[in-house]
Amino acid sequence: MSLAAQLPARVSAGDTAWMLVATALVLMMTPALGLFYSGLVRAKNTLNTFMMSVGALGVVTVAWAVLGYSLAFSHGDGFIGGLHYTLLHGVTLSARAGTRIPHLLFMAFEATFCIITAALVSGAVVERMRYGAFLIFMVLWSLLVYAVLAHWVWGGGWLQHHGALDYAGGVPVEMDSGFSAFAAAVVVGARRDYGRQALLPHNAVYALLGAGLLWFGWFGFNGGSGYSTGHGDVLAFVNTLLCPACTLVVWFLLDLLLDGKITAIGAATAIIVGCVGITPAAGFVSPTWAMALGAIAALPSYAMILWRPRTRLDETLDVLAAHGLAGLTGILFIGLFAQRAWNRVSSGLAFGHPRQLLWQAIAALAGPAYAFVGTYVILRVLGALMPLRVAEAEEAVGMDVVQHGEEAYTSGEGAILVIPEAGAEAELAVRQP
Amino acid sequence: MKLVIAIVRPERANDVLEALYRAEVRGLSISRVQGHGGELERVETYRGTTVKMELAEKVRFEIAVSEQFVQPTIEAVCEGARTGEVGDGKIFVVPLDRVVRIRTGETDTSAVTPVGP
Repeated sequence: MSLAAQLPARVSAGDTAWMLVATALVLMMTPALGLFYSGLVRAKNTLNTFMMSVGALGVVTVAWAVLGYSLAFSHGDGFIGGLHYTLLHGVTLSARAGTRIPHLLFMAFEATFCIITAALVSGAVVERMRYGAFLIFMVLWSLLVYAVLAHWVWGGGWLQHHGALDYAGGVPVEMDSGFSAFAAAVVVGARRDYGRQALLPHNAVYALLGAGLLWFGWFGFNGGSGYSTGHGDVLAFVNTLLCPACTLVVWFLLDLLLDGKITAIGAATAIIVGCVGITPAAGFVSPTWAMALGAIAALPSYAMILWRPRTRLDETLDVLAAHGLAGLTGILFIGLFAQRAWNRVSSGLAFGHPRQLLWQAIAALAGPAYAFVGTYVILRVLGALMPLRVAEAEEAVGMDVVQHGEEAYTSGEGAILVIPEAGAEAELAVRQP
Repeated sequence: MKLVIAIVRPERANDVLEALYRAEVRGLSISRVQGHGGELERVETYRGTTVKMELAEKVRFEIAVSEQFVQPTIEAVCEGARTGEVGDGKIFVVPLDRVVRIRTGETDTSAVTPVGP
């Protein structure tokens, strides 16, 4: 049987090949995020912080397959999708409408977006939120917040209907995670030592490597969001190279100007901010304007990261600044500088289509508002049912030991092996070859 | 002159530093040590291996003080380090034979008295 005969009708081998790779690239971004985040916390919370991202790989994927995908992408009303694809019912190998890739692959690609977005929110509550409560939160949040916003811009919802543009997730991923993190920080509250002690990143190398791997994965994230190997995908892919590079350069200049030194944690942050900024606009703006976007996106996020720690809001890893604000900048930028000549969809204000800016502005208001309110309500309800945070004394000892019974940097000194009971030992001995 | 040695919980080390600062005790060294003072052992599991962590992370303060500062130092350490649970640590006060400030060659009490501003 030839290869062509194995492909269902209207499925493109080239598009499918790229989307298989892109899906794997985006999946890798979640452990990369775990690495980035764990470098930014104190040593005693390394594993717990990493495990919040790893947790998303488990519980959010299951929630997505069972219900989330259907709520986001099956036919429903303007607000939320229907239940047609519950338990992946009807999600087959034939082409997904509007694409030339198998529907099943489309589902998997979108799953990886939901996973990392839920993991992003952990940045607001690390070093204090109970692990079990966070897992339950991620399940509820992925169904009630992420799926709804994904439906609004990609699944046939009202923003998509009115022509609001979002290439790879300015609304459901970036502004969503940023403003959800804002709400989560408000409900869960500040760390015990916040504002009293210097709470410093314990490993800047993790942060840099995590950011680098995120950038690498982002080529699949943006480059795959056209679901094809067409020109939109090539444009998005290349813009994902150019935009963060500009953010990095501008961040260096800001660091130099304000502190006289270019910082590593700053560079790691700049990579994220640049990648976030281009996410909504990746397939819509020219490479030159993508570079301008990278430069501009650095400014609000940089200012927010300087200002936020002086407030009482312990939005610990600045998800709101890095994702919320940069995503908002990117969404609005489409309304100004999108070019039909490049994207064949629509132009922004600067190229003769002011109405595009109106709908981008509406998306930039509605998305964050829903994310904030949705997250706030979920956590308030959850908080009424179970404690959201560990006790103060446990927070002081560290989340790794308290929540997981493990340490990231154990020396083994003073560790005494607990010998299993005699029966279990005999059983083990039998199994030894 | 006395050498005050205090073994405290690492998570209380900052509180101890703050309390010492308020008590105007200046000049100290700290080091990370491991020890065991009767607190419950932590049990950790790595794949199939379960271990009891007999030694806990502690921070050791060494503070050389003149006689009139011995009591304020002890009080400050207790204030900063106490949680009320087993494992809060110990304070040892030992006599000092001789102290030399390397920079000036001053000895004994003048060597443990901080330089004025």
